[in-house]
This record gives sequence, structure tokens and C-alpha cells, in this order.
Amino acid sequence: MSEQFEPVIIGFTCNWCSYRAADMAGMGRIKYAPNIRLIRLMCSGRLDPTFIIKAFAGGADGVLVSGCHPGDCHYIEQNYKAMRRFYLLRRLLAQMGIEPGRLKLLWASAAEGQIFADEVTKFTEEVRALGPLNWNPTAALEAEQIIHEPAEVAA
Amino acid sequence: MEKERIGVYICHCGSNIAGTVDVAEVSRWAGEALKDRGVVVSRDYKFMCSSLGQELIQKDIKEQGLTRVVVAACSPHLHEQTFRNACKEGGLNPYLCELVSIREQCSWIHPDKAVGTEKAKAIVSGGVEKVIWDEPLEPLRVPINPVTLVVGGGIAGIQAALEVANAGYPVIMVEREPSIGGHMAQFDKTFPTLDCSACILTPRMVEVGSHPNVKLFSYAEVANVSGYVGNFQVTIKQKARSVNTDLCTGCGICQEKCPKKVIDPVFEAGLGYRKAVYTPFPQAVPKYPVIDRENCTYFLKGTCKACEKFCPTGAIDFNQEDEYFTFDVGQIILATGWDLFDARRIPQYGYGRLANVFTSLEFERLSNAAGPTGGKIVLRDGVTVPKSVAIIHCVGSRDKNYNPYCSAICCMQSLKFAHLVHERTGAEVYNFYIDMRTPAKGYEEFYQRLLEEGTHFIRGKVAEITDAARYPGEEGKLIVQAENTLIGKQMRVPVDMVILSAALEPRHDFKEVARLFGISCSEEGWLIERHPKLDPVATMTEGIYIAGCAQGPKDIPASVAQGAAAAARVVGKIQQKEITMEPIRASIDQDKCSGCRICNNMCPFNAISFIEDRMVSEVNPALCQGCGTCVAACPAGAISGTVFSDQAILAQLDGLLLNNVKAIDLTPA
Repeated sequence: MSEQFEPVIIGFTCNWCSYRAADMAGMGRIKYAPNIRLIRLMCSGRLDPTFIIKAFAGGADGVLVSGCHPGDCHYIEQNYKAMRRFYLLRRLLAQMGIEPGRLKLLWASAAEGQIFADEVTKFTEEVRALGPLNWNPTAALEAEQIIHEPAEVAA
Repeated sequence: MEKERIGVYICHCGSNIAGTVDVAEVSRWAGEALKDRGVVVSRDYKFMCSSLGQELIQKDIKEQGLTRVVVAACSPHLHEQTFRNACKEGGLNPYLCELVSIREQCSWIHPDKAVGTEKAKAIVSGGVEKVIWDEPLEPLRVPINPVTLVVGGGIAGIQAALEVANAGYPVIMVEREPSIGGHMAQFDKTFPTLDCSACILTPRMVEVGSHPNVKLFSYAEVANVSGYVGNFQVTIKQKARSVNTDLCTGCGICQEKCPKKVIDPVFEAGLGYRKAVYTPFPQAVPKYPVIDRENCTYFLKGTCKACEKFCPTGAIDFNQEDEYFTFDVGQIILATGWDLFDARRIPQYGYGRLANVFTSLEFERLSNAAGPTGGKIVLRDGVTVPKSVAIIHCVGSRDKNYNPYCSAICCMQSLKFAHLVHERTGAEVYNFYIDMRTPAKGYEEFYQRLLEEGTHFIRGKVAEITDAARYPGEEGKLIVQAENTLIGKQMRVPVDMVILSAALEPRHDFKEVARLFGISCSEEGWLIERHPKLDPVATMTEGIYIAGCAQGPKDIPASVAQGAAAAARVVGKIQQKEITMEPIRASIDQDKCSGCRICNNMCPFNAISFIEDRMVSEVNPALCQGCGTCVAACPAGAISGTVFSDQAILAQLDGLLLNNVKAIDLTPA
């Protein structure tokens, strides 16, 4: 491998739109950053925020969450639930010492292979610029407690 | 737990994968690095999907005693079923096979072989970790009730109902208006053949009304739907007709004797009158009239009862109340049709202000031999025959201010109008169009015929219709102001009559309909099909189909085709007697469930219900579609999803990050 830092990115995609967008990008032989490794869920609504935290804890430098466009969900409206969880989690991540830029939400329809590829490349570069995460969840938790303790005392 | 015996198969896909992934290396790596994870066989082969490739797997299942299979090849959307079937035939439960994509997501997206090989290793590793957690599953089988509900009695619904009924299965049809027939019953002629609409429609209506397999509810609506494919429960609200249909013979004396005349805003499009007790038109099916309680003198003032006095069978029943009926049905076809764009929304076209501006539906009634003028094309005063007529296309469609879509029927409808005006009045006809769209069989020929008949075609969007005369010859006329874009000139065309070819719009209550039946609609309000090309009449909700204009604007042939297509799908399902469903389902561990009910509201399919006496929630596996949102939401971790369980996803994550092999590396020697 080359000298430059190659981030590891985990992508959670839904079965119906975004995984098919990735299929479409491949079928179109569109070249994009190979750093992403996909996990196929049935729906972005299946995404338990724990998965994302586990991904960061397990060594991922970035996590992409991808689903059908709002209004296009195969399960009617579950991507909205994914969206709600996403924004909530992103705020929490900052408190845990993870840059919000390491987590990205992408809506991609089954036809949007090009968009999927472009966005993955863009995201890979953004994470590359942030550098390796090397997140130590235990240390982060301890830090969390230190921050919280005075607040509790005050309360 | 006894260790699984896993077989890993890396596909070359000719050079599609082998070109940018060192398949032999991936295979060797999986056999060595993942040995401790249970991999006992690791092979690469030119085409895994070929019968030889499949036999390779089957042979290993038998000889090596494989309990899990991972195939690294193309996208699961292409060949997951192939490899599952191969495993099944080899004696392994098909759901213990995992197909991971190293083609679409790996070899095709990057030219560098070293990078591709590393990524493929991670993907294979993820698949191996996930497959360990896979469980043997059986497809779900649900018996199917052969009764079918058809909502909407227009031509699409009629066709669907007849197809299902003629195949020998029971149909319940629900129509909101007092008679079936829909918009087609309002028309005089149909394009491009100009055959009489009533002549081709009414025999179909009679067939529905008298079919032994069809139970018809007119003047009724669907009030509630519950259940799932094969086993829906529907509640039908029969609005009070005030006429006892068991006694009524449909003789029509009540309509004759009723002294109250009211404008008919529905069937006659506001152009004609009906009585307070009425059938919308003489050939109505069913033949029983209804009393319009909002206009009936008896209901308003407490006296009259002329209809009751004259009814020879005593069928009038002023005390009748709305009734509710509940039926079990297996499948549902929605053919709820369309509403006409309200032309008042375009004030510069003057509809509602300028008397002689008509909508397309008004003109249909005007030209109809059974309509208010007996088919005479006259101005609003009822006597004057127009000497010149302008027909405006795309009113409210192909216009970003109103509806962006093309209403599909207006060009042909306008040509039909032009022909009828020309034929019956000899008037000069001006068609103002944006683009002529005549794509179906015989349509272009009809257009050519109109060109030869001498209709004037002006390409330009009309800016204004006004009665303010500016030049000699314009007094007392309607002036159509438009730019003729073919010659780049402004035109003012004075005419006696203007017809607006108004857009087809979704039914005004599309949101309620979508919610009631648990399906989705587009931004505009058209019901959404499962696939725009390959599955145009099914919806994302199993067992619910759509046909006709409810799905989008279309003409009669297309509506009939969709009605028949939906019926074919329904009959096909009924004949299977039971429905096979993918066993991707959520289930709730009753011991872990705290009864918090968070999951109850997560499910858009109402699959989760709360059991009051045990204070726990339960998933109905036949309703559950397997999205897994409730699994992610459960704070107690009591819900798990088959195929995509927490453990399986987290294991795959670990595998993708290669933590499974790192852990081994870190183990002190």
C-alpha cells in the first residue's frame, strides 16, 4: 500500500435502494474509493446506533449510513426513523470525542450509482483528512464521567 | 457451541472478478486465516453460478459435512437465490448460505489488484462471521382467502372484477357513487375509433351487476381495513339510500314524481339537473335510486313524500340508516380513479367567470346524446350554436404552477372534441397545444385525420382568455391570446366557445385512501406501484394491487389492461392457495419484553400488537415485512430479527474490520 493513510469505512446500506445503488455503481464500472466495506440491512431503520459505535470501537475510521430517499422507503417511512437516530447519534458522537465528520448520511436510490460512488469518494477523502481515529472507547467513557461528575455534584 | 464447518467459495466470474482480485490468494487466505473461525474448505472456481460450480458446493456439503456456506461472487440481488437453491439441493438449509459481493462492490470499482484483493478478503471475512449466526429457516406459508375486494367501479375496476369473477372466484365491489361506470359513463365517444362509450361500457356494467360471483355495494365506501395478504378484514359503510333495495324494482316512478330538481355536480358535471331521488343515468347499475338527503324536500322541511306516495312497491324508506358490513377478503384491487383539475385555479382562463368557457367533462356531457342538451353542442345559453371553438390543451398539466406531469389523455381527447365540434356544428376549430402526444395504436392516424378535416393547430401555450374586445370583429367573442411559437407571433383568436382540456388529478382523498390501505403515494398523490416497469399493478404492500388512473393518468385501453393485469395477479395468487413469504421477520422474546410499547408505533404495517393481559408486545409474522426498525428501537433488546439479527450484523462488522483475525494474531504464542 502507498504511504498515504487509507481509512477503513463501514457502510450500512438498505437492501432496496442504497445497496442497489452500490450494485449500479459497480455494474456501470464507475471507479470510486475502495475503502468502504458494506453491510446490507433490510432497511436503514434496522440500524441500531450501537452498530455505529461498535464500528468506530472496532477500528473503523468512518461510517456511512445510506438508505432510500425520504418518501421512497420500501417500508413506507422507516428511513425517517433512521434519520432521527442519525442526527441524535451524531451529537452524541461529538461528546464521545469522535468528529461528526466521520459519520455521514446518504440517501441514494437504486438508480443513483454515480451519486453513490461520488459521495463515497468524497467521504473517503474527508475521513482521510481527519486521519486515523484510533478511538479508545474505554478512555472515552472515563473522560465522559469526568465531564459529568461536576455537573452531577452541582445538581 | 459446536464449531460450524464452513465452506468458502471464491468466484472468478471469468475475468470480471479475477481481473482485479487475486482470487487464488483470497481463497488461500480464507482457508488459513479463517481456519480457526471454522472454515474447512476454501476454493476458487471460474464460474460458481454454473452447474459445475454449484455441484462443487453440493459435493463438499456431503463429503466434508459443511454446515455453512459462503460464496463470494456477485451481488446477492443477482444470485442469492441460485446459491440458496444449490445448498438446498445439497441437503443444507438454504438460509445457511451467505452470498457476499466481491464483484459489484469490489472488483468492478477499482483497477488496483492489490487493493481489490485486500478488500475481497475483508468482505469474505465478514461473510464468514455472519454465516456463523445464520439460522435454518423455513419460508412462511399463509393460506389465502379467495374473496377479492375491488374498490372503485370505473372501467378499470369493472374489468378487474369481471376477470376475477369469471375465473370463478368471489368479488366484492365497492363504489362510492350510486352507480358503477365511473368517468367513462359520462363520455359520448371514445378516441380514436369514435365508438359510443355507453355502447361498450353498459354491457360490462350489467355483467358486473348480475354476475353470480360479484357482490356489489354502490353508494358505499370502505371504512376500515385490517389484516394482511390472504387474510384482510374490510368494513364497508353502506350509506343510507333511503330506498329498500329488496322491494325496489327500479321502475323510476319516484324520479318522475319527485318535485325537487337539483344541479348534478357529479355525473352531469354541473351542466344538467337531476331529481332529489335519482339514479345518475338511466342505465345505472344497480338500478336502485338513492335519495339525496341534503336536497330532498322531506328531509329539509318534513313534508312532501311524493316518492313514497307513488312507489308501487313501498320501497321508499326515509328512516334507513348507514349500515356497516364486515368481510374477510384475501386480496384488494384499488381502482379509485381520478378527479378533474379545477380550472378556476387558472384565473386568466376565465372558467367560472366567462360563461362560454367549458371544462372537458362539461363538453363530454354537452356532446353526449343522453346529456342535458341531447348531444347538441351549444353555448351556455342552451340555444346558440358556436361558429368557432378553441380547445386548449394542457390546462393544469405540464405546468410547474399546477401539475408538472402530462395527463396523457388530453391530446387525444382534444382531437376527439375537435372532430365532434366540426362534425356537429361545422364550426372553425382551433387547437392550442404545447406538443402533440399521440403515441398509442391508431392515435397518430386520428391526428392525421383531424389535420385533413381542417382543424387549425396552433402551437403555443394560451396566455389569456378574455371578453375584452380590442379590435373589430372581437366584440361579443372570447378572445384567446397566445403566441404561435412556430412562427414566433402573438395571436388573438376570437371564438364563441372555449374548451379547457383540464388535467387528471389524483382523487382529493388520496391521502386517506393510502393510509387506509397502508400503501404509499407519489408527491402528486398517485398510488405507487411496486416497480414502475416490471411490476406496475402490485404495491409494496403484499396483496394490494392498483389499476387505472389511481396509479397515474391513462386512457381507457391502458386502464382496462391494468384492471386485467391486477386480476391476473390476484387469480394467480388464489390458485396457489397459500402464499410463501420470505422468513425475514422480527420476533419478541416474551421474557425480555418490558411492555414499554415503544415498538408498537415503530411499525408502519401494524404488525406489532400489545397483549393487554400479559403486558407484552407481540409480532404478527404474516404482517411483519422484516424491516427491523423495531429491533433497533427496542431498549430491552427483546426483539430480534431473523437473517439480520444483532449478533449476525455485529459479527459481520467484526469480520469486515478483520478483528476476527487480528484477535488471533494478538494471542500470545
